[in-house]
Amino acid sequence: MNQDSGEYPIVVEGLKNAFGTYVVHENLSLKVRKGEIIGVVGGSGTGKSVLMRAIIGLQIPSEGRIEVLGRPITEVAPDEEIGVRSRWGVLFQGGALFSTLTVGENVEVPLMQFYPELSPALRKEIAQLKVQLSGLPEDAVDKYPAELSGGMRKRAGLARALALDPELLFLDEPTAGLDPIGAAGFDALTRELKETLGLTVFLITHDLDTLYEICDRVAVIADRQVIAVGTIEELLATDHPWIQEYFNGPRGRAAKATHERAAGMDKPGQGGA
Amino acid sequence: MEARAILAATGIFAHDPPSMREWADFTLEQDDGGAVTLSLSGPLRVASIGDLDVRIDEAVGEVSAIDISKVQEIDTTGAWLVANLSDELDAGITGASDQAARLIRAVGKVRSSEEEFAQPPGLIERTAAELGEIIVKFGKGTVEAIGFIGALLIALGGTIRHPSRLRTKALVHQMQLVGINSLLIIGLMSFLVGIVIAQQGALQLKEFGAEALTVNLTGRLAFRELGILMTAIMVAGRSGSSFAAQIGTMKLTEEVDAMRTIGVSPMEALVIPRVLATMFMMVVLGFYASLVAIVGGAFISTIQLGIPFMNFLERIQEVVPTYDMWVGLTKAPVFGLIIAIAGCFHGMQVKSNSEEVGLRTTQAVVTAIFAVIVLDAFFAVFFTEVGWG
Repeated sequence: MNQDSGEYPIVVEGLKNAFGTYVVHENLSLKVRKGEIIGVVGGSGTGKSVLMRAIIGLQIPSEGRIEVLGRPITEVAPDEEIGVRSRWGVLFQGGALFSTLTVGENVEVPLMQFYPELSPALRKEIAQLKVQLSGLPEDAVDKYPAELSGGMRKRAGLARALALDPELLFLDEPTAGLDPIGAAGFDALTRELKETLGLTVFLITHDLDTLYEICDRVAVIADRQVIAVGTIEELLATDHPWIQEYFNGPRGRAAKATHERAAGMDKPGQGGA
Repeated sequence: MEARAILAATGIFAHDPPSMREWADFTLEQDDGGAVTLSLSGPLRVASIGDLDVRIDEAVGEVSAIDISKVQEIDTTGAWLVANLSDELDAGITGASDQAARLIRAVGKVRSSEEEFAQPPGLIERTAAELGEIIVKFGKGTVEAIGFIGALLIALGGTIRHPSRLRTKALVHQMQLVGINSLLIIGLMSFLVGIVIAQQGALQLKEFGAEALTVNLTGRLAFRELGILMTAIMVAGRSGSSFAAQIGTMKLTEEVDAMRTIGVSPMEALVIPRVLATMFMMVVLGFYASLVAIVGGAFISTIQLGIPFMNFLERIQEVVPTYDMWVGLTKAPVFGLIIAIAGCFHGMQVKSNSEEVGLRTTQAVVTAIFAVIVLDAFFAVFFTEVGWG
């Protein structure tokens, strides 16, 4: 047990990931605070998803230490029972739903895996609840993933990730491919979950609106490392060229303007939870 | 963040192994007026609820209020349970902490309309329905298969008119996969089949003192029937299945759709190279298998019957008519065509999920082998009728 585990659910130290001779991460370190939404950004191919896969134990790093909820994930086999898998939820980029199960059954899988003592009726109801919580219509429960659109699949994936009310939520580009209204809804939902359940959210995104709207801190991956972590204001104060271009490019400025307009109109209750 | 502070203070995230888990529980309290209060206690989380809902259902009748002040922790599942109970029993909720109230409100928003689960139909109805579905599916499958063969013919016609459209690279690649890579296994199989025919045949023919006819038996069977048939079965298992699985996966990942949008016809790019490669390679492999089977027969004859190896081969030339070889080589491309069409057709039929890839692969192999054996019977009769007996 690391002494930081109470305060930092995710601790990454000196991480190195390499595929053959191609080094994705070198000496990468990152600490995620409890109860925050941390956004991870970086250019395509900088290894954002690889970092997430390493943290959830799907990618064995070449070097380094990763602790999740106080348990070292780097020292165990990928399928070893270490008591953290019931405490996190993961939403993969494409949803990664089990294609032979309905949406409802997909949500029931983790419930059955970890809490077989629940009655089937209650399990069904929980699945129904989670599906609706993630913003899907009621009749989506009985549909198969192939019958859903990309955005709906993503929501169904979120429903499965939320099945156990996890403490840690990993989202890999949750709003990519969603319509703007859907994306805003997804952002609001993530924020709401964080505030009601005290979730810690590890969020990979390219969506600048999402970064401005819901992220407490942003981690920037470049040059095989996390080059900066902080609020957007703090990041803007650094003079790293990539960060400047990212947030001050045309899209960055537009997202910032939207955010400021919205903040000016209704003053979102930052500390009102 | 007040909610977070509460959560941290109550240790909501403490996670214990099942044996040490603290379970949620309930008590019923009756006050002087006779009103019953359902009092829930313990952590009301998905990990600790267990069969609480069932137990409450069994024990509780009239309840006027639900007290959750003794609930230390609550998550959406717990909130759902409380909201549901309050609805069902028509009882108010008291003693909710800020966080609990907020969660109950949040789940209350989405749990408005509840439908009854439809009763599954009875056995007889279900049997009839399933039978009907199978028949309809079979009909549809037949129509689709005919459509597929039609599309294949059109594409073949196009390829003949414009030979430059033939994908030679894909064709050669498929020829290697179907033919060259299976030489070893087919050779081994045929060698053993040859041994079995010669050895078992000799055993029976000995009864009539006609051991010398073992050569006829081995040679004619190898060329006419077994060389081709066994090769067809092996190719169906090796290549037919891989066609179905590969094309099926490409359908799932929308690769086939992507091809169409670029203007590449999947028929031309995927199906025709496989069909032509299999047809051609079946001829070559079939011939090769027949030869190896005869070598196998000669080998066992040398050991068991005392017929020298070279004598056996010379006798083959004398007793096996040339048309036996033509019979085999006529069947080979037809079998190859059937195997390739079955594989590609079933692959193309994959639509929605990974299970379908498996099912279609199985079907491709089963259809191919079945059709090959049925056709083989027809061929046997046909060739005898035309005098190639």
